[in-house]
Amino acid sequence: MTDAFANYVRRFLDSDIWHKFKRDPLVIAAAIVGLILILSSAFAPVFAPHSPFDLKTLNLSDAFTPPAWIHEGKSQFMLGTDDQGRDVLSTIMYGSRASLVVGFAAVMLSMLIGITLGLISGYFGGALDAFIMRVADVQLSFPAILIALLISGVARVVIPNSQHDQVAIYVLIFAIAASGWVQYARTVRGSTLVERNKEYVQAARVIGRRPLAIMFSHVLPNVLGPVMVLATLHIGTAIITEATLSYLGVGMPATQPTLGTMIRIGGDFLLSGEWWILWFPGTALVILVLSINIIGDWLRDAINPKLR
Amino acid sequence: MTNASNIPLLQVKNLRIEFPTRRGILTAVDDISFDIAAGEVLGVVGESGAGKSLTGAAVIGLLEPPGRIAKGEILLAGRRIDNLPFEELRKIRGREIGAIFQDPLTSLNPLYTIGRQITETIETHLDLTHAQATTRAIELLNEVGIPAAEKRIDHYPHQFSGGMRQRVVISLALAANPKLIIADEPTTALDVSIQAQIITLIKKLCREHHTAVMLVTHDMGVIAETADRVAVMYAGRIAEIGPVAEVIHSPQHPYTIGLMGAIPSVGDNHERLAQIDGAMPRLTAIPSGCAFNPRCTRIKDVPNNRCTTERPDLLPAGKTRAACWLHSVSAMNKQAVTA
Amino acid sequence: MLAFIARRLLQSILVMLTVGFIAFSLFNFVGDPVALMLPPEATQSDRDEVRKALGLDKPFYVQFAVFVQNALQGNFGISLRLGRPVSQLLAERLPATLELVGVATLLALLVGIPAGIYTALKRDHWSSKLLLTGSLVGVSLPNFLIGIFLIVIFAVWLGVLPSFGRGDTTQLGFWSTGFLTVSGLKAVILPAVTLGFFPVTLIMRLVRSEMLEVLRTDYIKFARARGLSNQAVHFGHALKNTLVPVITITGLQLGGLIAFAIITETVFQWPGMGLLFIQAVQFADVPVMAAYLCLIGFIFVTINLIVDTLYYVVDPRLRMETSSAGGH
Repeated sequence: MTDAFANYVRRFLDSDIWHKFKRDPLVIAAAIVGLILILSSAFAPVFAPHSPFDLKTLNLSDAFTPPAWIHEGKSQFMLGTDDQGRDVLSTIMYGSRASLVVGFAAVMLSMLIGITLGLISGYFGGALDAFIMRVADVQLSFPAILIALLISGVARVVIPNSQHDQVAIYVLIFAIAASGWVQYARTVRGSTLVERNKEYVQAARVIGRRPLAIMFSHVLPNVLGPVMVLATLHIGTAIITEATLSYLGVGMPATQPTLGTMIRIGGDFLLSGEWWILWFPGTALVILVLSINIIGDWLRDAINPKLR
Repeated sequence: MTNASNIPLLQVKNLRIEFPTRRGILTAVDDISFDIAAGEVLGVVGESGAGKSLTGAAVIGLLEPPGRIAKGEILLAGRRIDNLPFEELRKIRGREIGAIFQDPLTSLNPLYTIGRQITETIETHLDLTHAQATTRAIELLNEVGIPAAEKRIDHYPHQFSGGMRQRVVISLALAANPKLIIADEPTTALDVSIQAQIITLIKKLCREHHTAVMLVTHDMGVIAETADRVAVMYAGRIAEIGPVAEVIHSPQHPYTIGLMGAIPSVGDNHERLAQIDGAMPRLTAIPSGCAFNPRCTRIKDVPNNRCTTERPDLLPAGKTRAACWLHSVSAMNKQAVTA
Repeated sequence: MLAFIARRLLQSILVMLTVGFIAFSLFNFVGDPVALMLPPEATQSDRDEVRKALGLDKPFYVQFAVFVQNALQGNFGISLRLGRPVSQLLAERLPATLELVGVATLLALLVGIPAGIYTALKRDHWSSKLLLTGSLVGVSLPNFLIGIFLIVIFAVWLGVLPSFGRGDTTQLGFWSTGFLTVSGLKAVILPAVTLGFFPVTLIMRLVRSEMLEVLRTDYIKFARARGLSNQAVHFGHALKNTLVPVITITGLQLGGLIAFAIITETVFQWPGMGLLFIQAVQFADVPVMAAYLCLIGFIFVTINLIVDTLYYVVDPRLRMETSSAGGH
């Protein structure tokens, strides 16, 4: 087993993709920054200097402390505190974690829905295919944000007020996932249609192999490349969508804030002078999405045979 | 075909085309030399990847980067053109050297009428008014055999059939009356029945306008019909070059012999087609010495293992020239002895 | 040509019906439809009357038919939050949103197309790489963040442009426009730039990639082989072929922009349909949500139809349904 793995690693290090990666300083920088952000937020409980959501540790007298390098700042609150006395640096780490969790989960769910529907649509064809594609077309004419907004809005009406905060994260993940599955479905469907007509698939059917097994073992590997590119770019979009929804007040609540929620809170205090409450989460969000997009963009160009 | 001066129209000397890749430098065309006289049709034949299209592209100055001319000279009527600045080269293109590509459908801009595309070319090179250019365009279309030219001049490319489109492409290439045309697989994308017509057209036009043609193709049949001389390319080098009839009927290079032997003829009664064992080497793995030596059945006839160590020059061989040590003096002596 | 339009029209109607169905489900099953139609002070007998009058005791498809009929007449009920007919509210807000979207699109085209051409033609120059990286940053910036940054810079620090609202508007019949007053023009700048940021980057990348593709085609190669100048090749041949798909994709983006305006309108408190919608979502004002959905659906479908027709007109290949072959 380790032999095969070592082989794989060797092939990867020799591949075109790794070579291109090593030569592009921007992508390397983006990858490093992204990794730092992801790791620090994933292990937020370990790295964060404070626990901003543990109400017992908050002290209102700490509220509105400016960042440490400004003369009224305190060194224990490197980037200052917000209106509740929460340390901005810690909230950024926890908030990034929440943003990343929602982003990744939404993309995974989206991929799952999209790939499954794409496989079914392409393999079985007929009325099922037509129906799924019609739905996809209709949905495509609406921007993702609108669909996510609608789902969130409907959820707010349907779910009783008391439970809003608890289920917010699931609603959010579902809303973002539902707004983005179409691109995966289309790509996978296209590949499935191509593979379906090849002889080995028909041969497998004659032998009696189950269609699902055929699809998984043959279609999926072919489609993985473009799907990975879509997914990487989608994570960036998902995080922005989540931030937007939170900013608009229909995303994560202030009790489990993501970067978007924090920007909304910060916006209230921007004009009154406590700029750090908005600027730092805002910058963190931009850097996070930027590094993901740089990697995704580069990945797309690296995989595209036409640009070689 | 005698010229006023005896300089050939096109001279290619020691041309080498390289592609820098991250694994090293790939030599796609390795030190080839040939001439084309005015009004002559030189066929350049070979398998895919032998370097024929690249040579044509280099002559007209359209070699796509990262490919580049690493060495050698290209001379048009005695004047060096491979090192000209962009603007000078542009003036030559279309006016002195024209080109025809393989696929007539993709060679024409789908959003413009063919009339506009022809008159644009004419007006770029010749000093005519738009009305004069339009008249000339109609004349050209008539020449290439497009019926109802005055009406069809306002049609779009997709309104023509494949054969008609290639005629339009030919008219475009001839629009500014160039002295040399690079024709890269002009009939490959067409139906067999149309191919004959296009070949006849090319021959006729080139005779009438005294235009030389560098006809690049993998189809020996087309060469046999159209060319005066032919150069056989193999792995980026010229294996044999000479008058068409000679190369076809008495080939001197083992590769050419193999090629001619592999062409089936209608009256044959063999069960299997003859083929040359092995395949043309990839550009990253060209053998030392003669590129054909791993597949050659005659290396034993050359003393001192020369085929594997030294690359042969184009040596006189019968009425053609072949890059084969069999035709070196020592080898011929050996043959004479053993015969 | 007629067959083409007829087919697309039919598809559009189907899409509209689907959208209407979703809106109808929203209307009827999310929240109490009777409460949606009546002011809060209504008595129980009022409700029963309305229930019968509304035909809520009738079967499902009849209700849907009634809904469609109402919708076609523009009747979407009363806003829960504002107590006024929804259609009126939408009509009031429509000009604000459309003007904003219009200016944003214009900006996007005027900046995006030249930038895209430049980065395609001079692809190895450092300025191109800068623009491309800039566009990547643009795509990574959330709409609302851009708006906030612009407000901070231009409204707070420099104080030259307003940070919210539409300024003074002039009423021309049923359309209220902000273009005829100085304050109105000033007010539309920041929101339009914010809204147009993403389309600019999109258009620039699209134009660039299309142009690069076109420059690789055989007909461009052949044009060069004929000795046409760079200007003729780039701006005569390549550009036209590039712009055709760009214009159509931009047209399709237009509908998306109207929805995107929701965010921008929220940041700038711009009194358009988007702000209305967001307030409806926050308040669970279902009639407004349903009506907005139908309206957006309608706008989308109309734009798609127009764009498809435009494509048909511009690309001669699509026009000849039966190609007239000229023999061999």
